Parts: sequence; structure tokens; C-alpha cells
Amino acid sequence: MSKFAKKKDGELPAVSTASLPDIVFMLLFFFMTVTVMKDSSVMVKNELPVANQIKKLEKKERVITIYVGSPNNEFQKTFGTEPKIQLNDKFANPTDVGDYILMERAKKSQDLQNFLTTSLKVDKDANMGLISDIKLELRKVNALKVNYTTGSGDAFNNLD
Amino acid sequence: MARRGGAPEVSAGSMADIAFLLLIFFLVTTTIETDAGLDRMLPPMEPPEDEVIIKEKNIFQVLINKDGRLLADDNVLALKDLRAKAMEFLDNNGDSSCTFCKGKKNPESSDNPTKAIISLKSDRETKYGIYITVQNELVGAYNELRDRESMRLYKRTFVDLESTYLDPQTKESLGETEYDELKEKVLRIKALFPQKLSEAETSSSN
Repeated sequence: MSKFAKKKDGELPAVSTASLPDIVFMLLFFFMTVTVMKDSSVMVKNELPVANQIKKLEKKERVITIYVGSPNNEFQKTFGTEPKIQLNDKFANPTDVGDYILMERAKKSQDLQNFLTTSLKVDKDANMGLISDIKLELRKVNALKVNYTTGSGDAFNNLD
Repeated sequence: MARRGGAPEVSAGSMADIAFLLLIFFLVTTTIETDAGLDRMLPPMEPPEDEVIIKEKNIFQVLINKDGRLLADDNVLALKDLRAKAMEFLDNNGDSSCTFCKGKKNPESSDNPTKAIISLKSDRETKYGIYITVQNELVGAYNELRDRESMRLYKRTFVDLESTYLDPQTKESLGETEYDELKEKVLRIKALFPQKLSEAETSSSN
């Protein structure tokens, strides 16, 4: 009766799972660093058109976003189905755009205020009338740099 | 026999579960956003002080009606032919002052690329998707011409040159002098074919 009984041969040792947490942490840190928190929920249908002559929108802190599209199902009873403008979690009229831009601009630090871009995320079924109203408001507050944000793909896919 | 004294080891078995939980939380709440789009400058509100007279032939007028049909310089044009037509207009070189142009030197069309203006006008009921397609084709026309000159001068396409220039990491990886050189190149190509794309206000047709 020996104290150290010999292990039986033929049994496979269990695979060590000790490094599993490390692997998962690695993934976790990867996702934490490459992703950005969603700052506002989009309340409008927002199917962006596609284009292929696009430029990347670098530097998130220099961008102000305006969403345009027809309201989602849960808002259609109050706001109808016509495309609307969404500014920060609220539906708005074209005349509110100027104030919104000025407010957002004031929030940014002084040295960035002259380099802001307005990103227009517009549903591809929206009408140009609304867009040109927005553009007019942007010109009034001197926010001239705009980016028509699009997906990437063949631009002719927008037509159908 | 169990050992006395010394704290028992903390089980690390549930560590993986906790980490998974966090991982799933981040996966769900975040989006990998790579926003990209067409950059445009809007015209300033106050008109320029001195009225500049622009000759009719230096303007390439593109109209989009509410059904998405195109009218370019008073001719009906299919959307797929727009890019070629715009390039022909920009590259025309009517007054022979442009040394690198390969256009037809048609006296009825634009004088040179620095004078050529493309004007885009849409109806209030035009679909945004179609407007973007037209914008994309016009920007594409500029990019193709710039690519041609960039290949001739620097053996690299302009699109490639510009995206390296705009990438925030380039400044560190290249060093000061080379970065300035790159900037110089981008600005030079841009000056050869300046992007003069005017977006007029929309009109309602009825």
C-alpha cells in the first residue's frame, strides 16, 4: 500500500482551462479599444445610400451628426411617415438645425470649433427639399463643411 | 490530511465566466463605426463682394428632376454617361493654356480646368439616393482626372496619395519632412484640377 499510487495508464489528462480567462480578456480588451459607445439611438429609418468616391471621417470629436429619415414604427402615430430630422434624441424642424449646430459647437473645445464637420446621415428615400432646407440653415450659421455620410458600394445600387 | 494555516486558494474557475459576461456586454452595446462619405463645402451665405462674370461655356449645368432624370447642358443624359461627359468638360482646354490636358479643345466648352465649374441643381422631390449617385459620379470625374495627373507626376494614384495624407497615423510613421512633401504633392494635384462643384438651391417644378 504505497502512498503514491501510480496513475493508471491510458487515460488522457484533462485539457487545462487555466488560460481561458486570459484569452477572453484579450478579446475583451480588443473590443473595448476598437469600439465606440452608441451615443444616441436612431429613431428614424436610416438606410444610407452607397457611394465609392468616399473619404473616411477621421476624428470623431470633430463631427456633429444629423439624422434624417421617416420615423420608426413606434413614432409613426405621433409624427407620421414623412421624413423628419432627428437632432440628439428629438425630432426637429429645419429651423431648429441652426440652434442645434451652435449649441453643439459651443460644447466643443475652443481650438476645434473652426474645424467641425457636419455629418448628414440621410435615408436614401428622403426628398432633397428637406436636405436643402438643412443646407440653408447650415449656411446661415456658417457650418459649411458637410459630409454626406454613405455606405461603400457601387453608387448605381441607389437607383432601385 | 488537510493543511492548516495559510489562506485557501481562491478558485479562478469563474473568472472566464465573468470575462465572457463583460465581453458580451461590450459586443452588444458598441458598434464598429467607420463613417465615410462625400465631403462637400457649402457656399457661404453672403455673396462675394465683387461680382465675377462667368462665361456660359465654363459652366456645366446638371439638373436632376423629381423622377431622377438628368439634364446636362440642355441635353438628356443617362446617369452612367455622366462621369465621361463631366471629364470631357473639365479636360477640354478650350484656350490651350493647360499644358497637361488631353481634351478636344472644343471652343464651345470650358476654357481650362481652373475655370470650369460644375453646377448641380435638384428638384425638391428628387430622392436623396439619386442625388448621392450624381454627386458620386461628379466627384469620380474629378478623381479620375487627378489620378491621371498623379500617376504621371508621382507614379501613385491621387486617391491613394490623399488617403495616406489624411490618415492620422501617417504623420508619425513618415516623419516631418516626408509628411510635408506628401502634403505638397496632394495640394499640387488639387490645384491642377480644383474641385469647383456648386450646389444650387433646389427648385420646385410645379
